[in-house]
Amino acid sequence: MTLAIDARGLRKRFGRTDVLAGLDLAVPAGSVFALLGPNGAGKTTTINILTTLVRPDAGTASVAGYDVVAEADEVKRRISLTGQSAAVDEVLNATENLVMMGRLSGLGRRAARDRARQLVERFGLGDAAGRRLGTYSGGMRRRLDLALSLVLPLPVLFLDEPTTGLDTRSRQELWRVIRWLADEGTTVFLTTQYLEEADRLADRIAVLDRGRVAAEGTAEELKSRIGGDVVELRDADGVLLRELPTDGTVHGLRAAIDELDRGADAQSPGTSVTIRRPSLDDVFLAITGGGAASAPAPELIESK
Amino acid sequence: MTTASFTPSSATRVPATARVRPRLGALTAESTFIGRSFIHSLRDPEALLMAVVLPVLLMLMFTWIFGNAIDPSGGYVDYVVPGIILLCAGFGASSTAISVARDMTTGIIDRFRTMPIRSGAVLTGHVVASLVRNLVATGVVVGVALLVGFRPDATPLEWVAMFGLVAFYILAITYLFAAIGLASSTPEAASGYGFILLFLPYVSSAFVPVRSMPEWLQWIAENQPITPVIETIRSLLMGTPLGDAGWWAIGWCLAIIAVSVAWGAWLFRRKAGRR
Repeated sequence: MTLAIDARGLRKRFGRTDVLAGLDLAVPAGSVFALLGPNGAGKTTTINILTTLVRPDAGTASVAGYDVVAEADEVKRRISLTGQSAAVDEVLNATENLVMMGRLSGLGRRAARDRARQLVERFGLGDAAGRRLGTYSGGMRRRLDLALSLVLPLPVLFLDEPTTGLDTRSRQELWRVIRWLADEGTTVFLTTQYLEEADRLADRIAVLDRGRVAAEGTAEELKSRIGGDVVELRDADGVLLRELPTDGTVHGLRAAIDELDRGADAQSPGTSVTIRRPSLDDVFLAITGGGAASAPAPELIESK
Repeated sequence: MTTASFTPSSATRVPATARVRPRLGALTAESTFIGRSFIHSLRDPEALLMAVVLPVLLMLMFTWIFGNAIDPSGGYVDYVVPGIILLCAGFGASSTAISVARDMTTGIIDRFRTMPIRSGAVLTGHVVASLVRNLVATGVVVGVALLVGFRPDATPLEWVAMFGLVAFYILAITYLFAAIGLASSTPEAASGYGFILLFLPYVSSAFVPVRSMPEWLQWIAENQPITPVIETIRSLLMGTPLGDAGWWAIGWCLAIIAVSVAWGAWLFRRKAGRR
């Protein structure tokens, strides 16, 4: 198995804060890998080190087979980054942005224009390709941002919180693009705060906690750690009355509903029941051993 | 909603794995960024206004409104043209600070930095665009001046030397504004800092002779960079005595470029180097 990304013992300190405290990552070539964690967990710092923007204080990392410090230029020839803030030129229109990136990527004028036309079409920017970015919606801007990273098909693509701030429709569209890229053989490394996103996209997920990988595995493996879904009971105003963890089986669900029926809350008019997947909080608490969720008890978790 | 959705088409598929960015030709990044900055200049109505309309208005204001009060014989236009040229070059170059600050704060610089290009080429683009923009503005100023009665006695060679010196001055002040842009935390701050510099021409021999100022101000006016540049331009165009002003002008411009480039390079490494 070839590794597209191989990081060992990465450390980075900003001021008095250890942002990364010995991070290890192994990402197989051609896979989608999600780095999951809350704000401030060190996700962006990890991406910045792997994309050569920031030098680690200690540890080593190689991307596409090259060391990110000693062979930064070789790494840069093989990666592209779509960062957290949309790195697009606001004054130019979509086509001009793409042509500029094509030229900077070594395409000739004609090839850069051809490629821009292809990407504009492929990313559904056709209607707006000639308009300045000021008029673009957030989703369009994000799509262009991603298209800019795909001017050349490179081995490794980094995406820092690619869908933060997008509506559902744009998010799903972006997911489709990312999945398709992976099918084409690109290694995709993305950071996210959303478990669902990691779940839908990633072959493997690493949970980042205080600068270290607290757990790593497939989505199924991670979720099995906290034993399946959560049943929620809400009143007519949508206020959460009770939360019941289940093991994800039909039997477990029935037991949870029975349990709710025994309570007085479920009898009042307008209450509703929903089943949700474990949230990042649930997984996070379970993995970092910080709460009851780590061992789902039959006892109810009361929440106000 | 007309947003077309993403449709993978097998016709445009390309093998994603094996590709590597080719090495760029010697000046490809530079010429690409210069092209980008030109488009920026043309689409920024404020900068265009600064660069072309403002010179014309200033020219007319100084000849028709202030001119007769300062010199009732009507010869003020011959005196003031060099000053207006420099004043406008300053206004025109000041937008470089804003462009540079914008690039450094919006995240686009990080995209360039993860590519195998010299990311400083972004700055080259802004500097070259400013140079061209301001030379055009200088041409406009001279044109309008000739229309309102400016009568220089320069030979073609002196004209060339004048434009050469003005280009050199524009380059110097553009580098300085680029460094200010790098030092600013936001484009708005860049605009504010830059404004201070634009007052310098008023405390020089640009609009009134230095000897008409209070004594302490005379010292500043005589020893600041703009006065020798103006005196040199005046000498080239109107044949006034040059003295050693030419050397001072070139020296000042060289010094400003050297300091700005060193300061700018240091700031750029700090902001856009390996953190």
